[in-house]
Amino acid sequence: MKKKSNVVKYNKWGYIFLIPFVVTYLIFSLIPLVTTFYNSFFECYQSGLNQIGPNFVGLENFKKLLSTPDIWIYAKNTIIMWIMGFVPQIIVSLVLAAWFSDPSLRLKGQRFFKTVIYLPNLIMASAFAMLFFTLFSTTGPINDILLNLGIITERYDFIGHVWSTRTLIAFMNFIMWFGNTTILLMAGMMGIDPALFEAAQVDGAKPGQIFFQITLPLLRPILVYTLITSLIGGLQMFDVPQILTNQTGNPSRSCMTLIMYLNRHLLSKNYGMGGALSVILFIITGILSIIVYKITDKKD
Amino acid sequence: MNQKSVSGGLGINGRRTVSYIVLAIVSFLCLFWFYVLFINCTRSHSELTKGFTILPSTHALENLYNIFHGSLPVIQGMINSLIIAASCAVLTTYFSAMTAYAIHAYDFKLKKFMFTFILLIMTIPTQCNALGFIKLVDRMGMDDTFWPLIIPSIAAPVTFFYIKQYMDSALPLSLVEAARIDGSGEFRTFNSIVLPLLKPAIAVQAIFSFVGSWNNYFTPALILHTNEKKTLPILLAQLRGADFLKFDMGQVYMMIAFSIFPVILVYLLLSKHIVQGVALGGVKG
Repeated sequence: MKKKSNVVKYNKWGYIFLIPFVVTYLIFSLIPLVTTFYNSFFECYQSGLNQIGPNFVGLENFKKLLSTPDIWIYAKNTIIMWIMGFVPQIIVSLVLAAWFSDPSLRLKGQRFFKTVIYLPNLIMASAFAMLFFTLFSTTGPINDILLNLGIITERYDFIGHVWSTRTLIAFMNFIMWFGNTTILLMAGMMGIDPALFEAAQVDGAKPGQIFFQITLPLLRPILVYTLITSLIGGLQMFDVPQILTNQTGNPSRSCMTLIMYLNRHLLSKNYGMGGALSVILFIITGILSIIVYKITDKKD
Repeated sequence: MNQKSVSGGLGINGRRTVSYIVLAIVSFLCLFWFYVLFINCTRSHSELTKGFTILPSTHALENLYNIFHGSLPVIQGMINSLIIAASCAVLTTYFSAMTAYAIHAYDFKLKKFMFTFILLIMTIPTQCNALGFIKLVDRMGMDDTFWPLIIPSIAAPVTFFYIKQYMDSALPLSLVEAARIDGSGEFRTFNSIVLPLLKPAIAVQAIFSFVGSWNNYFTPALILHTNEKKTLPILLAQLRGADFLKFDMGQVYMMIAFSIFPVILVYLLLSKHIVQGVALGGVKG
């Protein structure tokens, strides 16, 4: 009897230690989330110097938002640039992870290479974007080098053309994230029972066969996890295109992402439309988060 | 597909050569930009207009002097970034460890629910509630202050998850029991016994939290308005927005270098722990 009451006495500390997290989350995340939802049902914006609203309009904001082409253009831009960055990222990461974790290859300097490929992940995205802007500007060093090597005959305006700008943004995302993915996939590959590889080798399987028949299928949960978390990250794409295109998303809005659109609504205090956009983003990332949760839960 | 045919047709030495070549190319793609940045921030504007050179020049200090005495409050920006990032690192790690300890060491009714809840909110981006957040900050009178950028870091689901995983492998509950028998209070046990044991995990997460806050652009740009309060990413955005041709390019490069190189330096000193930390934190092997 005495022991039990002791356990109860201790366990109330579980609640006490949770207080800071719960209170902070409640105030700075949950309440704002509720306010955001609430605002999405009101017409509220500034027209010149006049404040319009807030007037309750039900789902009118959502209807307006989804019926204008803007959001679809920006969603398309975001997805295109995400795919352009993710495809090379996952391929390079898989290959590098397989090489790093292959004991028969015995690569030297692994620590050096891992350090180098992870480095861009820690760089300030806005500084990296600013750096690329200066390097790839018409008077910048990349143009100088390409001219000197004779690859181009006149200066090319990289951020003046749709696909070169998108490629630059996707490339920056690729460089910033493939090291992280490589290290995650490698941790997954190290977790595979080595006996499986040995058995396959005894049976005469070639390295390529081992990779496609054993490594890849066993890695599937981690691959799906990487895919979805990268998609969630991709939907949040903001810093790089915002700085590279100087907040415009140009040329002709082809690099404007969903979060840049949201940021524009927030700065112009168009809270109704901003709210509706936030709710839509929340629902999409919420569904994706549940999938991530299901994957990690199954693994435990 | 390429991988298959290459590795199928070559011996072990051939495969090794191919991997070294690919690794060299990939490393080049990671480092080249920072190399160019390093060269260009040491050159004067007139040298920069003459085209690219492989070797650095001698104007680094001059450029540094110029950005410190230019129109953008760069030093103040760096101090602001430092204050916010350091505070975030301390709060995030301390309170995430506390939250993880609550879930790890105690049995209570809402335990399973809380754990599931934190895992669920882990991947939801902060941008989704940014609207409500700026309205709340406005109403609390904290607009244009550092508080709304620092305090929310107490609730950091990702850091919580990492430390919780670390506890599962490195914090035996028998130790907590022993402390109780010795008459140590729960709060004291946490501070003087549990926290020191978590040092490796806390160090890794402090770095990530610091860098995350240091690099953050979206939220500070919505909260901070006065020039003297702005952080480095906002100043960089301002630099981008200014009429580009009016600028001394040596200064522009130095300003970028000023934001990037301190992080690179710290990273190189601590890289071993960081890379290991990423591998541990991602997915359980």
